[in-house]
Amino acid sequence: MAKGLTKKYGEFIALNGIDFSVQKGESFGFLGPNGAGKSTTMRIIASTLTRTSGDITVLGKDPEVSGPEIRAHLGVVPQQDNLDQALSVSDNLYIYGRYFGLPRKFIRSKIDELLDFAALTDKRDSKVEALSGGMKRRLTIARALISEPKILMLDEPTTGLDPQARHILWDRLFRLKEQGVTLLITTHYMDEAEQLCDRLMVMDKGSIMAEDSPSGLIKKFSTKEVLEVRFGSDRNAQVAEKLKTLCERMELLPDRILLYADDAEKVLDEIHKIGLHPVTSLVRRSSLEDVFLRLTGRTLVE
Amino acid sequence: MITSAAVAIAEARIGRPGNSVYSGRSRAIIERAYLAFRSSVWIVVATGFLEPVMYLFSFGYGVGKLIGKIEVLPGHYISYAAFIAPALLATSAMNGAIYDATWNVFFKIRFDRVYQGMLATSLGPMDVALGEIGWALLRGLVYAIAFMSIIAGLGLITTPWALMAIPAAVLISFGFAAVGMAVTTYMKSFEQMNVINIVMLPMFLFSGSFYPLSIYPGWLQAFIKALPLWHGVALIRSLSLGMISASLIPHVIYFLVMIAVGLFFTTRRLTQLFMR
Repeated sequence: MAKGLTKKYGEFIALNGIDFSVQKGESFGFLGPNGAGKSTTMRIIASTLTRTSGDITVLGKDPEVSGPEIRAHLGVVPQQDNLDQALSVSDNLYIYGRYFGLPRKFIRSKIDELLDFAALTDKRDSKVEALSGGMKRRLTIARALISEPKILMLDEPTTGLDPQARHILWDRLFRLKEQGVTLLITTHYMDEAEQLCDRLMVMDKGSIMAEDSPSGLIKKFSTKEVLEVRFGSDRNAQVAEKLKTLCERMELLPDRILLYADDAEKVLDEIHKIGLHPVTSLVRRSSLEDVFLRLTGRTLVE
Repeated sequence: MITSAAVAIAEARIGRPGNSVYSGRSRAIIERAYLAFRSSVWIVVATGFLEPVMYLFSFGYGVGKLIGKIEVLPGHYISYAAFIAPALLATSAMNGAIYDATWNVFFKIRFDRVYQGMLATSLGPMDVALGEIGWALLRGLVYAIAFMSIIAGLGLITTPWALMAIPAAVLISFGFAAVGMAVTTYMKSFEQMNVINIVMLPMFLFSGSFYPLSIYPGWLQAFIKALPLWHGVALIRSLSLGMISASLIPHVIYFLVMIAVGLFFTTRRLTQLFMR
């Protein structure tokens, strides 16, 4: 879908010639820290931002030439809610359908269905201001669905939500995926990416670091297990040299040391054997966080 | 193939000139304005109508007592209230349009993100511009009709031509709304927005609203005649007095140019702000 996609703001390069493609029905994630270029990419796809150079086609069309037709295919959930504060919950859905030119009768029947989907039926006449963060997010998603889009674009859908609200949202997105809606999601949450995405593109500073399925990425860039040990912030660096030989790869972080190995328990045994006793130790499976750390040398949520 | 009603509607417009900025659906924006308006504070709505009425009573009948009759044409005298009533109609058309197309729009651009939501759909920036301005015109029309009814009731109207003042007021609203919205899209702060008010008030006071322009020296007359409100006042005053002639055409053209220039820059600027 995209080739050599570049966006510059003056001297600043927001996107540095990225290539990627997304298949129909797929759930595709853009993973990276703030400023990686995720939202920029999303906005270019949604034809609300022009590119500096490179090519991109959405459903076979160039967003800069066929903006309105492409936008008619998309449901967009932006990073910051842009619900209409002056209108009620159901009017927000209604008028959004009107923006797409949909007939009133069609919208009216669709509203009931979407309010039900978003679990907002009893809030239909409330003002938007009165909704909680999670409710606003669900309403924004419901609003994006009024035109029955086959591609839903979600820019950091659960940032700022409490765990319960996130799980409700994930459930709704999962249902959409089952109905065959293509999902494009940006996130800087690992668990979100693992839960929702079939395929992931790890981005940093406007470039693609890697692209694969979540498990594929872990297999490719990390070991099966990780051992996290802490010796206290002063001693971590001292003992690190001695630990290096015990595992496949080591990351020294300010607060802890990560040791990558297929059998982390065995590594812990060996640490004890050479006479070192970490304050705390934790054996866990590798996660996308480890992949990200490997690829960029830093953690994702700082 | 992926199809939905929304896609079919958008694809039906492929190949039309300007289809990337205009989808022919500005009425959806007007509908939105109406939905938002239903819950607005009625006192704010009422002031738009009451302001010219209050001016009419205080100046027209208060100051008018001291002034007596005014000679508009050689040998043709009218009351002071009848003299300023058309100017007040033109001014209220201007104020209503400016209020809707500047402060309301400024808030939506800078704080509300409503336009981002609109432009993520298959609408274009020109739909938004025309819709917002169209709403300002509808309001202006209602105010104009209400004001005309009042001055007709007071016996200040003597010719059926005065009915033409209503569409003229809408034309004036359109011109001011288009230019006002265009200017607003370039504004970044409240301080800058206040400049609009600083321009509006003297324009109201000195554009021949309260006395004939002939009391000014020639150079000042020429300057005032370059300002839009003078054209509005002159147009509506002539229509109200039944003085119909080809000399009204330049006034109309002046506003048509304002509309075209305003729409052009508003559309361009909305595209820059939200789609670049």
